[in-house]
Amino acid sequence: MEKQFEEKLEGEVRIEPRDWMPEAYRRTLVRQISQHAHSEIVGMLPEGAWITRAPTLKRKAILLAKVQDEAGHGLYLYAAAETLGVSRATLVADLLAGKAKYSSIFNYPTLSWADIGAIGWLVDGAAIMNQVMLCRTSYGPYARAMVRICKEESFHQRQGFESLLVLSRGSAEQRTMCQDAINRWWWPSLMMFGPRDSESTHSDQSMKWKIKRMSNDELRQRFVDMIAEQVKVLGMSLPDPDLRWNEERGHYDFGEIDWDEFWKVVKGDGPCNRERLETRREAHTEGAWVREAALAHARKKAARPADAA
Amino acid sequence: MAFQIRRLLYGDIPGGETGGGPANPQPAPDSSEWPLWEVFIRSRQGLDHKHVGSLHAADARMAVENARDVYTRRMEGVSIWVVESRHIHASQPEEAGPFYDPAADKAYRHPTFYDLPKEIDHM
Repeated sequence: MEKQFEEKLEGEVRIEPRDWMPEAYRRTLVRQISQHAHSEIVGMLPEGAWITRAPTLKRKAILLAKVQDEAGHGLYLYAAAETLGVSRATLVADLLAGKAKYSSIFNYPTLSWADIGAIGWLVDGAAIMNQVMLCRTSYGPYARAMVRICKEESFHQRQGFESLLVLSRGSAEQRTMCQDAINRWWWPSLMMFGPRDSESTHSDQSMKWKIKRMSNDELRQRFVDMIAEQVKVLGMSLPDPDLRWNEERGHYDFGEIDWDEFWKVVKGDGPCNRERLETRREAHTEGAWVREAALAHARKKAARPADAA
Repeated sequence: MAFQIRRLLYGDIPGGETGGGPANPQPAPDSSEWPLWEVFIRSRQGLDHKHVGSLHAADARMAVENARDVYTRRMEGVSIWVVESRHIHASQPEEAGPFYDPAADKAYRHPTFYDLPKEIDHM
């Protein structure tokens, strides 16, 4: 059976839920897909904070639609994880208990309206690099969820850039706000690609299993190359004195990430780790009665004869 | 990180335990989790409903409404079907070989099996 599994991977045949798979492959997927799902759900929080403070009705409607998409993306991903035999309740419990991880980026605060644009452009931009790669991941339900997500996600990045573009053409104050947001979100966005390849514990096996198709450093480089060009259109700069085009490599060189900060936030000591989890726990606890009531109502209706309903 | 892996592989396709057997119409009595539903969407008139994913809902009505919110935010559908995942029976992947074997050696079921003169080969 292991040989069949290897042959499928070799022949680019997707693995489906009831196919035999190594236990470690299953566990890796559950970990990765659920972390991804948690990231979508927690990712609603920093942006959600600005829904009531959006500068215009148009921006408010856009932001609402984006946050709603993120809830949807979380659901696609939880459903994909559930096909591996783990229950939704278990996954959510692990998040709320602080046992499961989510993307560290959402542990940074959104201090100004410009942050919403910067998140769309940089954070969603970085996420898209990763997600486009995952459309070709070896596990069928995960790949299908990613295709759906990628289709919806491109509006997220475009609206972010457009929102910054408006600020970049605005008053001196708006331009300062725009640059400040870029300054604060740039490095955390680069951290989203994870540790350097030489330090990444899961990467090797994930590449062999074709869960990942590109390494952390490859994706990060692509992202830098893309953003370094786009920032020129905004007339803004990236906060990295070492950023420059390297003719020989055909890529931008860039400075060193603050890995101490990276690990600190991963381990739970970022600016908003506690606040984010606390908000999720509160939502879960305070929503419990709704879940219970809906279930009680459904059971009562099911028990009643059809004509009485 | 320890995950509690249940061997009931439901979701995309239902668990092996119920595969082929009669579907159990009652939810597990102690289950506090909303049941899982599979969602099928007709993207426009004239096309089949197609499986798009799954979701949890307390009952069928909520499943249809949730499916609308989760799977048709951009007008992806004109009709939604939902069915509780435990009611789906599926063929066994490990038996795929012998199960589909009867069709494997019947090339004459395909139009390309027949060599016709050039003049009428578009038939």
